[in-house]
Amino acid sequence: METLSRGWAWLRRNALPIYACIAVAYMLIPIVVIAVFSFGATPKGKLTFGLDNGFTTEYWSSAFSLPELNEALFTSLRLAALATVISTVIGTMMAIALVRHKFHGRGAANLLIVIPMATPEVVIGASLLSMFIYYSFALGFSTLLIAHVMFSISFVVVVVRSRLIGFDRHLEEAAADLGATPFATFRTVTLPLLAPGILSAALLAFALSIDDFVISNFNSGTTVTFPLYVFGVALRGIPVQVNVLATMLFVLIAIAVTLVLWQQRRAERLAAVRPEPIPIPGTAAAQ
Amino acid sequence: MGLKQRLVPYWLLGPGLLWLIVFFLVPMYFMGELALRSGTLTSGFTFDWAWANFPDSLSGHSEQIVRSFFYAGTATVLALLISYPLAYAIAFRAGRFKLVLLFAVIAPFFTTYLIRTIAWKTILSDSSPVVSVLQALALVPPDGRVLATSGAVIAGLTYNFLPFMILPLYANLERLDLRLVEAAKDLYSSSRQAFIKVTLPLTMPGIVAGVLLTFIPAFGDYINALVLGGTQQAMIGNVIQSLYLTQRDYPEAAALSFLMMALILVIVLIYIRFAGTSAFMGEEEDVA
Repeated sequence: METLSRGWAWLRRNALPIYACIAVAYMLIPIVVIAVFSFGATPKGKLTFGLDNGFTTEYWSSAFSLPELNEALFTSLRLAALATVISTVIGTMMAIALVRHKFHGRGAANLLIVIPMATPEVVIGASLLSMFIYYSFALGFSTLLIAHVMFSISFVVVVVRSRLIGFDRHLEEAAADLGATPFATFRTVTLPLLAPGILSAALLAFALSIDDFVISNFNSGTTVTFPLYVFGVALRGIPVQVNVLATMLFVLIAIAVTLVLWQQRRAERLAAVRPEPIPIPGTAAAQ
Repeated sequence: MGLKQRLVPYWLLGPGLLWLIVFFLVPMYFMGELALRSGTLTSGFTFDWAWANFPDSLSGHSEQIVRSFFYAGTATVLALLISYPLAYAIAFRAGRFKLVLLFAVIAPFFTTYLIRTIAWKTILSDSSPVVSVLQALALVPPDGRVLATSGAVIAGLTYNFLPFMILPLYANLERLDLRLVEAAKDLYSSSRQAFIKVTLPLTMPGIVAGVLLTFIPAFGDYINALVLGGTQQAMIGNVIQSLYLTQRDYPEAAALSFLMMALILVIVLIYIRFAGTSAFMGEEEDVA
């Protein structure tokens, strides 16, 4: 009885952390399933539960043996890389303008950046398709690129903007005082300090692009990206290699995110180092 | 400040705003234009102010519209119930594991949405142990299934949009001044009273932001209904998608999509009017 009530008390005290662990485990379930399936042979291309033929690395060694899948993955990587570069450059410029400058039409600009993030993907895909239909524009890689840059820009602005806020302007002023031109100041002081923010933004843009199915489905024409390929084969049964590639992508993105987080913390620690104020005779600091 | 200086922000904003205007705003105009056309795919769609497309698109799909509200609403409430304690635990009880837990919360985003949902389809498939357990607990009838039910779609929506609920809640809870809760307890309020009268009102902005960020994408979603649902679980997103891409009834599809955009725009603008853009953009800061 004694131990029981003590156990109950312990449980009550730690209910929240225990709950947190269960909730996080729940969030990770499909990831684990995808990873486990990448090692499990499933007969006749049909997904069944469990490891029928036991643990095998067969599909990892033949990860790139399906030409259609390779092509789709390559298209996705090329698309994501291009969309990331364009949206990161454009979005960073916008974030700098929003945080650093006063100008007319600021509220409207903010709104135009926010609304796309709050718009359901179906509507973005459908409206773009409506325009492309109107102009009889051929759907394909270029329309995908237009769409991917469009939906990534807002997220880039948000991430870079949060980094710019709380940025120590004195460092730039110091560079200017030391005779640096505005461009030299930007290149040697602003950009390096902003780099972690820009990197996270680029990573987010890349992840959004490589993951997108809904908007791409409207505007792809006959071009097939990785998610579109998965959707196309889903009815026939998904080859196990898809799980392998999904696991690979997961690991790569997880590593990249870890590196960016680590870099960001390091940058924050470096930026926190400030020289001791030099006491000037006759001022309050000198006493 | 010289003219050249004053033009700098416009040069910086120019390319991005242009991209958003040409590929976001202008397409909305063309969607509206398409919605006012009539005709068939073979004879061509001609513009003739076909306003009737709007009420027709609503009345023709009222079932899916009601279902979208119900599914997205239920998923949002469930996500809130699951996320609040988790966000609270991460903010106050995680200690040095805070970053690890936050990392785990966004980890699902590192895998493809579609593949993640297909993984759930496998987990909930008829022969799976999960379904056997649910059957043993009599939560599902002995010969019943989980896939192709409303429950499966709502579960999928809840799962897929959970991070959108957790992150704003966490951002808000993290700034909560715990001394206020202590003060309430010092003044003899019970833990429950302190939670209801202090913590909950103070974290309301996070709750509203999370609800908005979860409900909107869930309302427009069609992947979950497509992968986890059957023919009886179609949402508006599924209708728009199939009208555009399969049936090619562009005017009706455009009308429905336009109305969905209008509804969400109204919700978002009301929200921004009262709470600003911080839910989407982070905190506002004074300009230089």
